[in-house]
Amino acid sequence: MPKDSGIGASSKRREDVRFLTGAGNYTDDINIHGQAYVHFLRSDVAHGRIVSLDTSAAAAMPGVVRIFTGADFEGVGGLPCGWQVTDRHGQPMAEPGHPVLAQGKVRHVGDPIAAVVAESPEQARDAAEAIEAEIEELPAVIDMKAALAEGAAKVHDDLPSNLCYDWGFVEENKGAVDAAFAEAAHVTTLELVNNRLVANPMEPRVAIGDYARATGESTLYTTSQNPHVIRLLMGAFVLGIPEHKLRVVAPDVGGGFGSKIFHYAEEAFCTFAAKALARPVKWTSSRSEAFMSDAHGRDHVSKIELALDADNNFTALRTETYANMGAYLSTFAPSVPTWLHGTLMAGNYKTPLIYVNVKAVFTNTVPVDAYRGAGRPEATYQLERVIDKAARELGVDPIALRRQNFVTEFPYQTPVAVVYDTGDYNATMDKLEEIADIAGFAARRAESEARGKLRGLGVNCYIEACGIAPSNLVGQLGARAGLYDAATVRVNATGSISVMVGAHSHGQGHETAFPQVVAEMLGIDESMIEIVHGDSSKIPFGMGTYGSRSLAVCGSAMVRATEKIINKAKKIAAHLMEASEADIELKDGQFSVAGTDKSVAWGDVTLAAYVPHNYPLEDIEPGLEETAFYDPSNFTYPAGAYACEVEVDPETGKVTVERFSAADDFGNIVNPMIVSGQVHGGLGQGIGQALLENCAYDPETGQLLSASYMDYAMPRADDVPFYAVDHSCATPCTHNPLGVKGCGEAGAIGSPPSVVNAVIDALQSGGKAVTHIDMPMSPSRVWSAMQG
Amino acid sequence: MELSDSKVIAADRETVWEALLSPDVLKDCVPGCQEMSGNAEDGFEATVVQKVGPVKATFKGGVTLSDMVAPESLTLTGEGKGGAAGFAKGAARVRLEAGEDGTTVLSYEVEAKVGGKLAQLGSRIIDGFARKMADQFFTRFQEVLEGPAEADGPETETTDDAKKKGWFKRVISG
Repeated sequence: MPKDSGIGASSKRREDVRFLTGAGNYTDDINIHGQAYVHFLRSDVAHGRIVSLDTSAAAAMPGVVRIFTGADFEGVGGLPCGWQVTDRHGQPMAEPGHPVLAQGKVRHVGDPIAAVVAESPEQARDAAEAIEAEIEELPAVIDMKAALAEGAAKVHDDLPSNLCYDWGFVEENKGAVDAAFAEAAHVTTLELVNNRLVANPMEPRVAIGDYARATGESTLYTTSQNPHVIRLLMGAFVLGIPEHKLRVVAPDVGGGFGSKIFHYAEEAFCTFAAKALARPVKWTSSRSEAFMSDAHGRDHVSKIELALDADNNFTALRTETYANMGAYLSTFAPSVPTWLHGTLMAGNYKTPLIYVNVKAVFTNTVPVDAYRGAGRPEATYQLERVIDKAARELGVDPIALRRQNFVTEFPYQTPVAVVYDTGDYNATMDKLEEIADIAGFAARRAESEARGKLRGLGVNCYIEACGIAPSNLVGQLGARAGLYDAATVRVNATGSISVMVGAHSHGQGHETAFPQVVAEMLGIDESMIEIVHGDSSKIPFGMGTYGSRSLAVCGSAMVRATEKIINKAKKIAAHLMEASEADIELKDGQFSVAGTDKSVAWGDVTLAAYVPHNYPLEDIEPGLEETAFYDPSNFTYPAGAYACEVEVDPETGKVTVERFSAADDFGNIVNPMIVSGQVHGGLGQGIGQALLENCAYDPETGQLLSASYMDYAMPRADDVPFYAVDHSCATPCTHNPLGVKGCGEAGAIGSPPSVVNAVIDALQSGGKAVTHIDMPMSPSRVWSAMQG
Repeated sequence: MELSDSKVIAADRETVWEALLSPDVLKDCVPGCQEMSGNAEDGFEATVVQKVGPVKATFKGGVTLSDMVAPESLTLTGEGKGGAAGFAKGAARVRLEAGEDGTTVLSYEVEAKVGGKLAQLGSRIIDGFARKMADQFFTRFQEVLEGPAEADGPETETTDDAKKKGWFKRVISG
């Protein structure tokens, strides 16, 4: 019987009322009296030297307040990188400067050259056109391997080459891995591209800087997933503003998918300019600007090799990946192809020996950073594609080959550093076979073939590391921040509760799910609990939302704080009932003395805390408010099995996704409806990557070619099927108090390989000797592959 | 992108050559040209209004002539800046060869590049656009020298000879 409130209930998303009725308060809805508007003049060449920049004519244009250039930011810090990777030889990565406005050179199409602040957005745009920028175009490096070739043009003149780092993991295992390959009975090799994507949240980025002369306080309103991270990075490293004089507010945010984690130049600019001009400065990104200024995702070129013994056991895995960093290091870019990717290469399998090599490369393209899944989709894609290819080469069932190699005993120490605490991969595969009706596939294929279509079935597993992260561990790995989170539970006098959380909700439904947890613990109605997030002046120092961490990390902090509330409330209740604290029980919002009929209600206790007339003042303080910080002891490891069925039109190469099934183990579930919604969204993005989306650059000139929805194909409703989603196979996380694992990225991580596997299966069923097609599998690519 | 083509023009090579160096001819032939000034030695300044897919812009830029071997070959190199629309630049290598009956065979190879918003929004259509631009340019160039293309049918017989001649030929032949 499904619950109707508390943990496990599909409570309707309360925030949707304002989102769906146009009552949301997004950053662009905020207008501050006297605000000016900024327009950024951006480079339209990929690489060039700024010969001269004449702003005099533009400055004389109507409404122009001031024009800023790179010269105004000399002496101001550049945008910092939050993660330092150490290379195979023990050396730190190459870390170039990242100025707020270009200084000396432009390094990608979209690199901001100058900023025009004017009375209206139109005046700012018009004046930007009047800036005379003479830029000597330099050869652009776009292809990663060409960028590493001898004599290639350098993105950063002060670095020895375009190599950011050459990372080996685990370097000490390299010899043993090579030896295992030499002894293998079978080796399957696959070269593949993980296509560059643009995140495309529905709401483009916006920033408003405001400066209060009376108090000397700066405020930044911004579209961020983590206001405290922005305050820390911008305050300490870019602008030198102490925390107590800098407030960062991220109000309603319309999607992020990772692209709103990072600290961007426009945020620093608006905060800087607001102080310089002593008036608010607002920037609203256009969709075109978003394509060339939001951090992009993925863009890996990989070779993966899988070694098997004569019994088809995986004996070793070896990969070589080129990872595109773009022109500058975005905030967490170096961590994505390394610690969020190499540590997941074991997948769901007990492969004993693994070696991962990653070369991160600077190119004249938009910086690349985390995008829904961040490193884990790239790992999953390689692994699940090479396993599928191996099964086809060996003539064995792809599901059976996977099952044979599953990790089955937990905790499991992988050869790539991480320890899986719990899981049951056979259970999710059993569930998948059931919900995907794998047994009925042959009949569906026959039916498709009768209509002249090829039908294919693709299956894959995935595992991800979520709940980032144990601070002491990520500190050793190069993170320049702790990754705990925090919550303050403020019980009001009448018993209602405000919970201030470090996590940020930008589509995840925290405002609904988090109260369910507190309501369950206290036995009170969810509607009495409100979540406050997104304003650094209101919430405790938390690290925000990414890596499917909110419930596992911030939710755990909220549980700890609520436990403190319960302990104190029991003391108050014991005093009110003249009983021993040890005998007090809390159930359904009533405190009772065990073994008696004495009880006081939740509201009596909270009122006593704030009106302490009859109160143990000698033992405890008045008030009922507690804060907890929670630092996890391990990552969480959501895992699952996905199946995709496609039809391919042999005449045109058009792929249609007919069925998609997802069996996930997310541990305990707080709100099943929200979890299903998260999976649905992730699947949409994964299918989009597999079939439609591609961020294209001209390989010679570095011009961005896909910067509108005419050329960048987002998935639409008719591109995806009705999904079969199940998360009943739950092995609760062993180390956080809720037993939750995180569900936000799974769909995007787990779906691309099964789509590709299904297309290959369809083509091979039609007698085509096709073993791989790179994403996106557009009709032209599929058709060309079919022609041999 | 690159494209090449050739046209047979009913005029001798010297006439065609002279026309290629004339700012007035170029103004008439460059599609969307609003202004054209300058000369063959120092280069030309031009203002061109064009619409590429969804992007309409005024391009300001220059055209220079180089590799001039009269009356055989030259290279026209141009670059136009369209403000927020981005930029377009290109080069046309033109060769003139004597054809039959006093005609000239004009062959050209065009290489064009676009950047900024033009590339971001128009990359799918830019090849077709450049082809159309080049085709319009050389078709008009032919018309300037020869007069409008003759329609089929007997009426053309009665067309006034002077009218049939292109204006450039009329001017230079007095």
